[in-house]
Amino acid sequence: MHQSRFIRNIWLGIENLLLHKLRSFLTMLGVVFGVGSVVAMLAVGEGASKDALRQIQKLGSNNIIVNSVKSVEEESSTTEHSRMSIYGLTYLDYERISESFPNVQQIAPAKLIRKESRLGSNVLELRIVGTTDEWFELVPRQILAGRVFNAEDVRGTSAVAVLTEYGARKLLATKNTIGQTVRIGGDTFEVIGIIKSETGQAGNIQIPDQQIDAYIPLVTVRKYFGDVFSKRTSGGRTRELVELHQIIAQVDKTDNVEATAAGIERMLQNFHKKKDYEVSVPLALLKQAEATKRRFNIVLGSIASISLLVGGIGIMNIMLASVTERTREIGIRRAIGAKRKQIIIQFLIETVVLSTLGGIVGLVMGIVIPTIITYFTKMPTVITLQSILLPLFISVGIGIIFGLYPAINAAKVDPIIALRHE
Amino acid sequence: MMDIVKFDNIRKIYEMGAEQVKALNGISLSIQKGSFWAIMGPSGSGKSTMMNILGCLDRPTSGRYFLEDKDVSTLNDDALSEIRLKYIGFIFQSFNLIPQLTVQKNIELPLYYLGWDAIKSSRRAEELAHKVGLEDRRAHRPSELSGGQMQRVAVGRALAADPHIILADEPTGNLDSTTGNQIMELLAELNNEGTTIIMVTHESYIASFTQNRLHMKDGKIENIEEG
Ligand SMILES: Nc1ncnc2c1ncn2[C@@H]1O[C@H](COP(=O)(O)OP(=O)(O)OP(=O)(O)O)[C@@H](O)[C@H]1O
Ligand SMILES: [Mg+2]
Repeated sequence: MHQSRFIRNIWLGIENLLLHKLRSFLTMLGVVFGVGSVVAMLAVGEGASKDALRQIQKLGSNNIIVNSVKSVEEESSTTEHSRMSIYGLTYLDYERISESFPNVQQIAPAKLIRKESRLGSNVLELRIVGTTDEWFELVPRQILAGRVFNAEDVRGTSAVAVLTEYGARKLLATKNTIGQTVRIGGDTFEVIGIIKSETGQAGNIQIPDQQIDAYIPLVTVRKYFGDVFSKRTSGGRTRELVELHQIIAQVDKTDNVEATAAGIERMLQNFHKKKDYEVSVPLALLKQAEATKRRFNIVLGSIASISLLVGGIGIMNIMLASVTERTREIGIRRAIGAKRKQIIIQFLIETVVLSTLGGIVGLVMGIVIPTIITYFTKMPTVITLQSILLPLFISVGIGIIFGLYPAINAAKVDPIIALRHE
Repeated sequence: MMDIVKFDNIRKIYEMGAEQVKALNGISLSIQKGSFWAIMGPSGSGKSTMMNILGCLDRPTSGRYFLEDKDVSTLNDDALSEIRLKYIGFIFQSFNLIPQLTVQKNIELPLYYLGWDAIKSSRRAEELAHKVGLEDRRAHRPSELSGGQMQRVAVGRALAADPHIILADEPTGNLDSTTGNQIMELLAELNNEGTTIIMVTHESYIASFTQNRLHMKDGKIENIEEG
């Protein structure tokens, strides 16, 4: 019984709104645009932060990444001819980190050297990544064929190489791939596997994969290519001695990441005269990304609340006018026996119906617009259940908040006066 | 016979700044159940004020009003609404139908506030539309009806909740004499069926449909003709 009266009130509200279609539509627009922009902005914001988070998470939230950097003094002094610059992480650093931090569960070094490689008439400059088997566990990469190297290969200084899909296609062509030997530098290496390179990168904290990467056990790289790398520049030759370009350490628990990173930083400070390394923590970036997202949401929230406020005031304005216009109707209802409460409910439901319809139209708009954005810009957008429910609750809330005052005004109408005026 | 309405020294005084308007100045009166009354008198004599108090739309400044032996002169707004809904049917000079509702829905209106379900209300409204001779106009809106038809709808609506009294303030005031006559015949028929009717009118011809007449002047009863 009560429920059916509620539903009839909703119908009555819809009928009354349909009496003035254009007016109702125009009144709704404020809420339509308010809700539409909330949903659209949430979708774009959510998409952007999901993307950032996914990239950061790919680096491992329990990882600590240490990179070699050329210090500023070193940079300027290398302009002299044939000077050798020596900087960065060392093999000793790698051993010290893996031995003195019990929280570090896995650790992988990386040494980068560019070498020319050939097989028959195919020539390709490769970026050699000298590392250990743990590298592939820390940052998993899809194995397309064969295998990646194991602890045995690393210990035995085997002359084996793992290529990327691109490198394999360029060098090996269509021939039987796994087990082939290629020449890298001046030496022959056996290709034991092909992997897919990871394209994602975030904040430059990890040396991003390249298509021309070739993975070779670290000790093998040292043995065959040495530590000095020279390249020709316009000013002559520059020579660099960098033992390791990167060390990735994985910590057992998220709680220990920051303390361990601080410990590594302190230890490196003790052994390095110059600041030629950089410790980065994906977890810190993750926290930073979350803080940015929170700030973004606050800004969005304020903009959205302003537009919703404006929409709500528009609705209130029209409802006040409508109450004045329908004074006689209110008088009639009161004379017949409607209680004040029932008049309030009637007008409140009418306002809520109006704002909720606006909210639904706005929601559709807010879902369609990000879809179009994604289609044309390839920018990811995400519609969550929350970003659908929240604006709907808000539009119902707007109806109640901004409808209450006009509804109370309606209930205050004195039936005697209302019925007298012609 | 039992008194349905009893006024005991009813006053209604409007304070207009320093001035006092005594719209009703000590009215005592009894109205029997099932009677048909006409209230007459010059403009400003307090007829409408009296109807408003009778109809529980307004409260007297002083005095007591018993409706079916229940003192209603001090009830609060919600209680008065309840009394209007269950005891009283109004008919106005200017019809006062709700323009956006159909004839059917206008007649159903009191039933909606009584909480009747849709099917029962609809059947009741059909019955009443038939009674007032508008069954083929049920889907029309008031703007598509003549004055006489609109007043018939108002009569139908006034009857919907099966009221104990019908109050009509100049029900024929906006109608030509033929149509006015038809409405009066309808009211006379309702009175014959037992409904108490109190009506305000200026015209003695219209008043001749009733058995009892009450003449007012300056907020007081000038004389009563009981038939
Ligand atoms: N709300 C009000 N405020 C002040 N004075 C009022 C009010 N309502 C009525 N009056 C005064 O009370 C007196 C009686 O008014 P009422 O409307 O009852 O007269 P009436 O007999 O119905 O007149 P008519 O035949 O013209 O309808 C008049 O002097 C009127 O001015
Ligand atoms: Mg009057």
